[in-house]
Amino acid sequence: MSPTPRPTVQSTVPSALTRRRFLGLSALTTAALVTGCGGGQGVGGNEEGVGGFTGEYDGPALTLAYWNGFTGGDGPAMIDLVKSFNEEQEDITVESNPISWPDFYQRLPAATQAGKGPDVGAMHLDQLSTNAARNIIVAVDDVAEALELEEGDFAPAVWQPGIYNEKRYGIPLDVHCLAMYYNKDHFEKAGIDEPPADAASFDEACKKLQGAGYDTPFWMPNLWPAHIMFLSILWQSGGEPYAEDGSEATFASEEGVAALTWMLEQIEKGYSPPNVDADAQYLAFKNNKTSITWDGIWQINDLQATDMNYGIAPLPVIGNEIGSWANSHNFFLTSQAAGDQDRSDASKVFIAWMSEQSAQWSKAGMIPALNSAREEAAFKESPQYALLEQIDKLHFLPAVPGLGEVTPVTLETAVNKALLGQESPEEALSAAQEDATELMQKNLEKYGG
Amino acid sequence: MAVETAEAPASASAREAPKAPGSLRDRPFTAWLFLAPYLALFVVFVLGPILLGLWISLHSWDFNLPRKPFVGINNYKDLLDPGSVSFGPFWNGMQATGIFTAASVPFLLAVPLGIALIMNEKFPGRNALRAIYFAPYVLGVAVIGVLWRFLLDANIGLVNFLAGLVSLPDDTAWLSSLPAAWVSLVWVTVWWTLGFNAVIFLAGLQDIPREQYEAARVDGAGAWQSFRNVTLPGLKPVTMFVTMITIIASANMFGQSYIMTNGAPGQETRTAIFYIAEQGLQTFEMGTAAAASWILTLTLMILSVAVFFIFRDKDEARA
Repeated sequence: MSPTPRPTVQSTVPSALTRRRFLGLSALTTAALVTGCGGGQGVGGNEEGVGGFTGEYDGPALTLAYWNGFTGGDGPAMIDLVKSFNEEQEDITVESNPISWPDFYQRLPAATQAGKGPDVGAMHLDQLSTNAARNIIVAVDDVAEALELEEGDFAPAVWQPGIYNEKRYGIPLDVHCLAMYYNKDHFEKAGIDEPPADAASFDEACKKLQGAGYDTPFWMPNLWPAHIMFLSILWQSGGEPYAEDGSEATFASEEGVAALTWMLEQIEKGYSPPNVDADAQYLAFKNNKTSITWDGIWQINDLQATDMNYGIAPLPVIGNEIGSWANSHNFFLTSQAAGDQDRSDASKVFIAWMSEQSAQWSKAGMIPALNSAREEAAFKESPQYALLEQIDKLHFLPAVPGLGEVTPVTLETAVNKALLGQESPEEALSAAQEDATELMQKNLEKYGG
Repeated sequence: MAVETAEAPASASAREAPKAPGSLRDRPFTAWLFLAPYLALFVVFVLGPILLGLWISLHSWDFNLPRKPFVGINNYKDLLDPGSVSFGPFWNGMQATGIFTAASVPFLLAVPLGIALIMNEKFPGRNALRAIYFAPYVLGVAVIGVLWRFLLDANIGLVNFLAGLVSLPDDTAWLSSLPAAWVSLVWVTVWWTLGFNAVIFLAGLQDIPREQYEAARVDGAGAWQSFRNVTLPGLKPVTMFVTMITIIASANMFGQSYIMTNGAPGQETRTAIFYIAEQGLQTFEMGTAAAASWILTLTLMILSVAVFFIFRDKDEARA
C-alpha cells in the first residue's frame, strides 16, 4: 500500500452535481493525506486502508463488488441507490450482492481470505470490531476526514463503537432501533387515545384491550427479538449488558433480572400466550390477532405494504427513562480492496457518495445517522419520524471483538429459557452471565494477543 | 458398506483367475491405474479433509487470524472437562443427538418397511402412491423446516387449529416445549425421509425369490409366518444397510432443529452438529469444532461396528 495520492486534475464524473461535490472534496486532499501518513502503524498486523483518499476516482474503469445484507423491506431502497450511483459514475460500476445477514457474516471472512470477497460493503456497527480484529476490513479514517465527518454530526452514541484500537472502521449510514407498533383499530375500540408511554399506562392499555375483547394484546416472543427487547429495558433502567472493555458480562444485574421479570409477567398476566414460536408475534400482529408488538423499524416497509391501520411509537419506559437497543449499518472497505490503490479509491468514492444519501435511505425504513439528513423531508415524512424522541436515547453494544458470537449462546438462551418458564429469570441470567464472562475472557486473549 | 460388498466378489474372482502371463498379478500398476480417478477424488475430498481436521483439532484455529497456536489435545480436554465452558453445550448437543437418534431410528425402519410391504403388493394406483410417499424426500431441509415450523406453530399453526376443531388439546407447544419438540422433530424427519428407506426396502423385497414364498405356503405358513421366516431373513443385508445409514443420518441431524426450533426450549434441541456448525462457522473456533467432530465421528464408528456385529452374529448363528 502506497500512501501516494493520485493526481486530481480532472474529474471524469459526468454529473454536474457530483462533479461539484467531488471537486469540493478534493480540496480536502491535504487533510486526508495527513491522516493517511499519520496512521502508518498497523495494529495487530492490520493492513492499512488509509491511502490518501482524494474524494474522486480517475483510474481505469472498474467494477466494484459490493456486499450487503439488505434482503428485506430495505432491499429495494438499496437497489435504487446503487442504480443512481452507477448512473452518475462513468468509470465505476457497483455490483450489489445482497446476502441475508447471518450468511453474510459467515461468508465475508472466508471469501475475503480467499481473495474472492467484496471490495466494499455494509455491515452492522457491532460487527466492525470483530472483523477489524480479524483483518477482514481496514480503517477508513481518511474517508471520514475527507467528508469532514465528526462525532457531533451523527446521532448520539453511533460514532464511538465504530472505532477500534483508535481507528475508524465504518462510515455510519443509518441507525435502527426497536419501536412499538400498535393496531389503531384495536386501540380505538378499547378507548385508548394515545400509545402508552410507561409501564403503568402500558399495563392499563393491555387491560383495556382485553376488556374490548382482544384476549392476548401483547404477544411476548421468546426468540428474536426477545433479547433486544430485554436489552432495551435493561438500558432504560440504567443497566449495562457488557463491560465497555469486554472483560465481563453484567446483564444478570438487578436491572437485568427486573427487565426479564417484567417480560415474563406479560405472559403470566395473560397479555401474551405462552410459547410464542419464532415470528409468531409479528405474524399475529399483521393478522390483527394481537394489538401491540415491539419490533425493529426495519419492519415498517413490510407493514406499509399491507392495508393494516397501524401506529408506531417509541418503546414505553419500563425502566427509568426512554431508550432502546439500536444498531447501525456501516460502510466498510475490505483488506482485499485495500491492496489495490484503484479499487480502494473507487470504493471510497462509493462510500462517500452513499454516506451523503442518508436521507434517501429513510425509504428503507431506517433512521438516517447524519443529523443533517434527519432535517430533510425524506426523513420527516417517513413513518419512523414518530420515533424522534427516542433517537437521542439509543444504546449500542460496545465495540468488543467476538461479542456478536457470545450473545446468542448466552443471553439469548437465558431469555428463551426464562420466558418458556424453564428457569427463573435470576437463575437463567446468572448462569448465562458466568458463561458469557468466560467466553469474553477467551476472546480478549484470542484477539488481544 | 459399499466398499465391503464390492470387495468380496473382486477377491473371489482373483482367487479363481488362472495364472496366465499378462494377468493383473504381473502388472500390479494396472489395477492402481484403474483405481486412480476414484482414489484421487477420495484423497482430495475425503482423506485430506479428515487428516486436516485432525490437524486443526490440535490448534486454536481461526482461519481469519494469523496466529493459530498449537494447543495439543487441549481442545479435546476442554470438551471432556466438566469445568470448561465448552463442556455443557457440547454434551448437551451429544445428548440431544442421542435422544433424536434413539427416537427416530425405530420409526425410520418400521414405517418404511411397512410402506414397502404395501407398495410391493399389486393394486391399482400403486405407482402413484409410490411417488407420493417418496415426494417429500426431494424437498430440501429448508423447505420442509419452514413449512412445518408454520404448521406446528403453537398459537397460529394449522396443526393446533385442526386439533381444536376435533376437541383435542389445541395449545401444545410443538416447537418450544419438551417432549413435544422431540415428537415434532422425529415426526417431520420420518415424514420427510421415509420414502428413501422405503425405496431401498422395496428393492430388497423384490430381490426375495418368489419360490421361497411358494415353498412357505406349501409348508402351510400363514402371512405372518412367511413374513417372519421368509421376508425378514431375506431383507437382512438390506436392513443392516438401512439401519446403519439411518443411524448416521439421524446422528447428523441439524437443519430441522436449526430451522424449526432453533434449539429451543433453551438449548435442549441443539444437536451435536448444531453445536459444531456454530463453533466452526459462526464463532470460527475451528479447533474446538474439529475436536468435537472427531468425538462424534468416533462415537458413530463404534456404533456402526456394533450394528454390524449385531446383524452378523445372528446370521452366523442361523447358518
